[in-house]
Amino acid sequence: MKTQQIRLKEINSVFPPGDYYFSGAEAMVEGAIAAGCNYYGGYPITPATEVMERMSVRLPGIGGVFMQMEDEIASISSVVGASWAGAKAMTATSGPGFSLMQETIGYAAMTETPIVIADIQRQGPSTGGIGEGAGDIMQARWGSHGNYQMIAIYPWSVQEMYDQTITAFNYAERYRTPVIILGEAVLAHQREKLCITEKVKVFERIKKPGAPPFCFEEVDGGFPLPSFGEKGRILVSGTTHEESGIRKPADSATYEALTAKLHNKIMDKKEEIVDYETYHLEEDVDVAVVAYGFTARSSLFAVEEMRQEGKKVGMLRLKTMWPFADKAVEYAGAKAKKILVPEMNKGQIVGEVMKYASCDVVSYTQTNREIIYPDVIINKLKELINGYRF
Amino acid sequence: MAIGFEQYLQERYLRVAEKFSSNTCPGCGLGILKGLILRVIDELKIDMDNLLMVAGIGCSASYVGSAFNVDTLHTTHGRAIAFATGAKMFNPQLKVIVASGDGDLGDIGGNHLIHAARRNIDLTVIMANNMLYGMTGGQAACTTPVGALTLTTQKGNPYRPFDFPKLVKAAGAAYVARYSVTQPLALMNSIKKALETQGFSFIEVLAPCPVQFGRRNKLDTPADMFKFLMDKCISAEGLEAEELRDKIITGELSDGG
Repeated sequence: MKTQQIRLKEINSVFPPGDYYFSGAEAMVEGAIAAGCNYYGGYPITPATEVMERMSVRLPGIGGVFMQMEDEIASISSVVGASWAGAKAMTATSGPGFSLMQETIGYAAMTETPIVIADIQRQGPSTGGIGEGAGDIMQARWGSHGNYQMIAIYPWSVQEMYDQTITAFNYAERYRTPVIILGEAVLAHQREKLCITEKVKVFERIKKPGAPPFCFEEVDGGFPLPSFGEKGRILVSGTTHEESGIRKPADSATYEALTAKLHNKIMDKKEEIVDYETYHLEEDVDVAVVAYGFTARSSLFAVEEMRQEGKKVGMLRLKTMWPFADKAVEYAGAKAKKILVPEMNKGQIVGEVMKYASCDVVSYTQTNREIIYPDVIINKLKELINGYRF
Repeated sequence: MAIGFEQYLQERYLRVAEKFSSNTCPGCGLGILKGLILRVIDELKIDMDNLLMVAGIGCSASYVGSAFNVDTLHTTHGRAIAFATGAKMFNPQLKVIVASGDGDLGDIGGNHLIHAARRNIDLTVIMANNMLYGMTGGQAACTTPVGALTLTTQKGNPYRPFDFPKLVKAAGAAYVARYSVTQPLALMNSIKKALETQGFSFIEVLAPCPVQFGRRNKLDTPADMFKFLMDKCISAEGLEAEELRDKIITGELSDGG
């Protein structure tokens, strides 16, 4: 986190510090505003609408702009436009809307536009339903066409809906890229304690008049970002372009350099982006759970219960989904004899875990519109322990 | 050495690397449109540091909407107005012009067009209408006349085109007009009015595409295509319904008042 620390400025929280009993959606809005969000463009969709509703009330009061657009494509397009006009901008949606936004997410990646997109996941594909589901994880990574890297973070509590939203904005500014927050219906709707501290660390946008608008080299721990109206007369285009912004759609070297930059600016900094937590992994472990989101809460409950019974279980919780926590999974795979990956989809992250874990990896999937309860994970862990000769 | 007026406009207002519409086909009308916009910007002394041009995808977007040496947002296909809405709403100081084509603003982006008009957001939208998709090789658009031959309507287009000025006026725009590049003075005056309008202003500009439209519709040369537009595009003033049949009515539908 060294380079990022340089640009992190401690500012006072916009919302009065203290303890609150908030929903995840409310916490997300306050986190965004704490990070400096001053533009929101959105379209109603369950279970993400509460984010939009609170934004519509909060933003005008702090000099921000709220726009209810005609669809999700317009929403994210307006967010990109606002970002280039100088805003810290975000939108929130759920599966169907997230699908509609994919082209413009690629545009934001190509034009290196800092924006934040919250996808409060629900059942899919298509309209699906509004029950629990976490099937958008690969879509977050690969949803738009072409070559780009994505940063996606995955909170597990109301507190993290606040904290991680601040992180999302800081990453978006630091790396000049769209950042996705993968939420879940349960995370947006549940209420629990939210602690808002007095100080918030926010990444300061780098201004460097005269620097190329899409410069390849980092300056002062980040990439300078000009805005419209600053006399830079910048050309922003989703077409293959040079550092200067000049379009070169049919130039091989320009395209290769551009895709390398979009890839490297994130993958070279993977270690400072990727965040995770381990539980009991430094002890003796027979079975480790690799989990994320609300499933990780059930998993942690199960792991702690079984530890009390003397079972050698542990857990790795992924806080960043993309880039993937390859080294942490490698470590878990080296420590444990088996890894269990419980997911509210038909098995998405388990494939990534298999790529990096040297031990057996077992998938548990559940798509019944409900969260995965701790007893389900306890039973699964018992099965694995009993069925395995240690 | 003294330079001509056109060269002065180029030097002053166009990006060095993307000078004039050299990429357009012979006989294309977009160069005329671009030249007229330049003349209006010059005449109104619009602050180039505060002007934002927004364009979608297509010939008009590339050769008109994103060729000026000003802050420029060359967006995804069809979404130019939605991008422009975000920029304008966040920084109302920006003067925002959206210049793109009929396929971009009308077909794929039609919903954004009517909603921006409904919100009466202070944007100027200039829709170059060549009556088909030019850049992709000449397929039918929502502006292709009934019976016209295109790559995707090889037995004649069976559907009626949109009457965009009527549509945009009904959606609530402050200023609405339609002109052809064959009516340069009236069009220039209209662009001036649109830029001076507070609120949503919209001009549909008929621009000939001899290569994709003309040669497939018995308008063999660029001159034929221009003559076709000169004959088709007329003011309705003082004319009977009978005289207006099969004509493209030009003029102002809503004058910003």
